[in-house]
Amino acid sequence: MVLHSPNALFNSVRRALLIAIIAFFIFLPITGMVLKGYEVTFHWQRPLLLSALTLVGAFLFEFFGPPLRAFIEERQSRKAAREPLTTTSKGVPKLALIMLFFAGLILPFFLNAYWLGVFIFALIYILLGLGLNIVVGLAGLLDLGFVAFYAVGAYVYALGSTYFDLGFWTSIPLAAGIAALFGTILGFPVLRMHGDYLAIVTLGFGEIIHLVLVNWVDVTGGPSGLSAPSPTFLGFEFRRRASQGGVAFHEYFGLDYSAEYRQIFLFLCLFLVVALITFFCYRLKQMPIGRTWEALKEDEIACRSLGINHVTVKLSAFSLGAMIGGIAGVFFAGFQELVNPSSFTFFESAIILAVVVLGGLGSIPGVILAAIFLSVMPEVLRDFAEYRILIFGSLMVLMMIWRPSGLIKGKRRHFQLKTTS
Amino acid sequence: MSAADVILDVSKLGVSFGGIKALQAVDFQVKRGSITAIIGPNGAGKTTVFNCVTGFYRANQGRIRYLTDHGEAHDVHKLLGEHLQPSDFFKPGELLGKMHYKLFGGSHQLAALGIARTFQNIRLFRELTAIENLLVAQHRRVNRNIIAGLLQTGSFRASEQQAVDHAKNWLDIVGLSEFANRLAGELPYGHQRRLEIARAMCSDAKLICLDEPAAGLNQRETSELAKLIRRLRDDFSTTVLVIEHDMSLVMDISEHIVVLDHGIVIAAGTPKEIRNNQKVLEAYLGQDD
Repeated sequence: MVLHSPNALFNSVRRALLIAIIAFFIFLPITGMVLKGYEVTFHWQRPLLLSALTLVGAFLFEFFGPPLRAFIEERQSRKAAREPLTTTSKGVPKLALIMLFFAGLILPFFLNAYWLGVFIFALIYILLGLGLNIVVGLAGLLDLGFVAFYAVGAYVYALGSTYFDLGFWTSIPLAAGIAALFGTILGFPVLRMHGDYLAIVTLGFGEIIHLVLVNWVDVTGGPSGLSAPSPTFLGFEFRRRASQGGVAFHEYFGLDYSAEYRQIFLFLCLFLVVALITFFCYRLKQMPIGRTWEALKEDEIACRSLGINHVTVKLSAFSLGAMIGGIAGVFFAGFQELVNPSSFTFFESAIILAVVVLGGLGSIPGVILAAIFLSVMPEVLRDFAEYRILIFGSLMVLMMIWRPSGLIKGKRRHFQLKTTS
Repeated sequence: MSAADVILDVSKLGVSFGGIKALQAVDFQVKRGSITAIIGPNGAGKTTVFNCVTGFYRANQGRIRYLTDHGEAHDVHKLLGEHLQPSDFFKPGELLGKMHYKLFGGSHQLAALGIARTFQNIRLFRELTAIENLLVAQHRRVNRNIIAGLLQTGSFRASEQQAVDHAKNWLDIVGLSEFANRLAGELPYGHQRRLEIARAMCSDAKLICLDEPAAGLNQRETSELAKLIRRLRDDFSTTVLVIEHDMSLVMDISEHIVVLDHGIVIAAGTPKEIRNNQKVLEAYLGQDD
């Protein structure tokens, strides 16, 4: 760290004092005057104490802030000088992936019902994150209404089972298809838009879906929603008593009834689906279509000059992303056994976007990590009750300051080239 | 010049932006297998011609025809999707054709025919590696079947390998193979220029339009560029249309020069003719009183 001149000390003391005086006058009416009954009582010590704390804090920040920042920057630049600028990954260690896979498979047997629920939500968020990652992370199309496809998936299953007696597993491909169709429908009007304008239109699209679900009471059940049956395992139901003509899972296998069976089953199915889609996303990135998405994000004009039809490229990104969102929706409906519009608000879209941005645009391991982080963190912070969202928010702010490119920066693929003699 | 030798035929091209006439009745032809240069003072409309030829602008008047090796003529404006006229509604056949191009047409169709370009301000995919830039350009020749890609079938891998080999080949040609896995955006300026040319060539260009390829290059790099441009024509039988301010380069490489000033073609001919043309001298150096 750099040593300070006396001048710097004087300056930081002066600035800290100024900040403390301003803080005092702000705290004075807020904390200094308390209305009790019809009388206002004055507590002089409260604002004084708070501004004294501010004084100390401001001094520390002013005095140690700049050298600390310089120190970190220097370390980062030294690190950058040591490593070549480009980070290309030379493949992932296979063994580690296989171990991770099996760890995921046995994980549900060690969790209680509460944490199983948390982790099922984490898996659903991974799916949503992977879907939005295609649209925002790879193709660079800022989508603030991704929750619409999630809702489409969930309602396809709920409506299908209510009106057409559709099963859970048949609903998955159907929901994927319908969500993809909705993705294309959204894609068409926004083809000529970029950045902020695109974001506003997608935001509107999300709201339209939400409002339709709320107001079309005859079909969607309005705000009270629809019930959606839990998935079955080869036709066996996870209920204490099987429905008429059905067989309960625990009766067939001669086990005692436990509500956890259903969740363990759901977790395992979801885990396999997430593993499969993660694998597909990896492949997509290496495929021509993935490369064109990334190229389109970089420069649309250059893409057109190379003969890439930006219309089909954008539509494919929207529909494939929507597809994954739709699959996540079906699992959500099956897990909750009830869908209603309050699950599909803008806040949900914002969280999914946060997953993608926090994880690192375009980075699949980053998105997975961020999805787990964002769904487990609020549960861990539950002890802090009302400060939960505050801590959560400041963590996000700090993350964006320290790691603007996300938890795990996306790496480029390394191409091994034959050396020509 | 017989019709079969012509690759690009621009006739009576007129473009105006609001009240400003950027181009007026521009006529010129580009011979197949030639190196043709468009020169002119700043603001003469050179880049506007390029943007019309490559389909980024739509001309108000005139016609641009691109002729393939087999002698088929393609109207650039038709490929971009023309505006509908009232009379079209009485001719369903034509209406359908126009609607087709309106929906699916665009500058990418010109690139598919073999017109490629580079940009005055380099437009590489900066966050992609050099080799990935070249792979993106080959997207029309690779296997784009999604199922084949997800399962990585043998034919998919073969087609990818072929694309990588082709890209490697072009990196060798422009002398950038050691930078294959570096991000395009972090390459030195001169390298980026050459990479952009390689990228345009990877899209199977028959006619490559280079927009000020020597801008910002030093003497040595410029002479290498001249060699490269000749090679494009000689070894890869590509027609080159180039906009350039560096007169020594233009006079050195080009066989035919078109001079634009204030949106009008003021002269056209061989370098020798242009060098001695009074109008061109006036346009560049100002008129004698």
